[in-house]
Amino acid sequence: MIGEMLHPGLNLGAAHGEAHTRSEPVLFGFWVFLMSDLILFGVLFATYVSMRNATAGGPGPRELYDFISIAMQTGLLLLSSLTYGFACLALKHGGGRRSGLVAWLVVTAVLGAGFLGFELADFYSVAQAGGVPSRSGWLSAYYALVGLHGTHITVGLLWMAVMLVQIGALGLSHRVKTRLLMLGLYWHFLDLVWVAIFSIVFLAGVA
Amino acid sequence: MKDAEAQRELRSYLTGGALSVALTLLAFAAVLWFDLARATALTIVASAAVAQLIVQVRYFLHIDLSRQKREDLQLILFSLLLLTLMAGGTIWIMGSLAGRMH
Repeated sequence: MIGEMLHPGLNLGAAHGEAHTRSEPVLFGFWVFLMSDLILFGVLFATYVSMRNATAGGPGPRELYDFISIAMQTGLLLLSSLTYGFACLALKHGGGRRSGLVAWLVVTAVLGAGFLGFELADFYSVAQAGGVPSRSGWLSAYYALVGLHGTHITVGLLWMAVMLVQIGALGLSHRVKTRLLMLGLYWHFLDLVWVAIFSIVFLAGVA
Repeated sequence: MKDAEAQRELRSYLTGGALSVALTLLAFAAVLWFDLARATALTIVASAAVAQLIVQVRYFLHIDLSRQKREDLQLILFSLLLLTLMAGGTIWIMGSLAGRMH
C-alpha cells in the first residue's frame, strides 16, 4: 500500500526506493508552505486590485507597461517551467546518470535568469518614466506584488545553483532527489503566480 | 515498460506546455490585437487564466482527482476558499468604499 502512495509533483516511483517513500511527508509539508505563500500573494493581489485606480495623477498602466518585454518574460518563465519538468524526467528515468538532469537544470536557470533580466529592465524603465514606488498607491502595490514574485524567482535561481553544487558534491542521494522535487513544486508554483500577474496586473490593466 | 512510462510522462508535459502557450496567446491577443469591448476582453483573459492554472496544476504539478492525491487537493481547495474570502472580501469592500467616495 505504501508504494501506492503518491505526492504532489512528479513521482519518482518505487524504483527510487527511499527517495520515493521519504518524499511523501516532506513534499506534503512543502505544499503546505506553498499554499501559505499563495495566501501572501493573494492578499497582495487584493491590495493591487483595490489600488488599481489610485494613480494620484501619476503615470498609469498605459504609459508604463511594455508588452513586448512582458510577453518575453511570460514565454521564458513558461518554457523554464517546462524544462524543469524535463529535468525531473531525466532524474526519474536517467538511471542514475546526472548529465541530462544537470543540462536541463542549467537550461532552466538560464531561462529564469533571462526572465529576471527582462523584469529588472522593466522596473528600471518604469522608474525612469516617473513610475517610482512612492509616486502613487497603485505603483506601491505594483512594485510590492511584481517585486515579491521577482524575489521568489531570485531565491529559486539561488536554490538551483545550490542544487547543482549538491548534485556534484553529494551525487543523486535520496535527500538531493527530494530537494529537487521540492524545487520543482516551487518553480511550477511561481509560473502559476505569473499567470495571475500577467492576467490581472498587465492585461487587465490596459483592457 | 519503463520507456513507455517515460514517453507518456514526456507527452504529458508537452501537452501541458502546448495548452499553456495556446491559452497565453489567447489572453494576450484578446487585449492587444483585437479591439474588443472591455468586458469581453476581461472575460476572455479571466477564463484563459483559470484554464491555464488548471492545465498547469494537472500537467506540471500532477494534481488530479485520483484517490491518493485527495489530501493535496483538499489542501489546495481549502487554501483557495481562504483566499477567496480574504481577497474577494477586500476587493468588494474597498471597491464599494471607492464607489461611495466619488
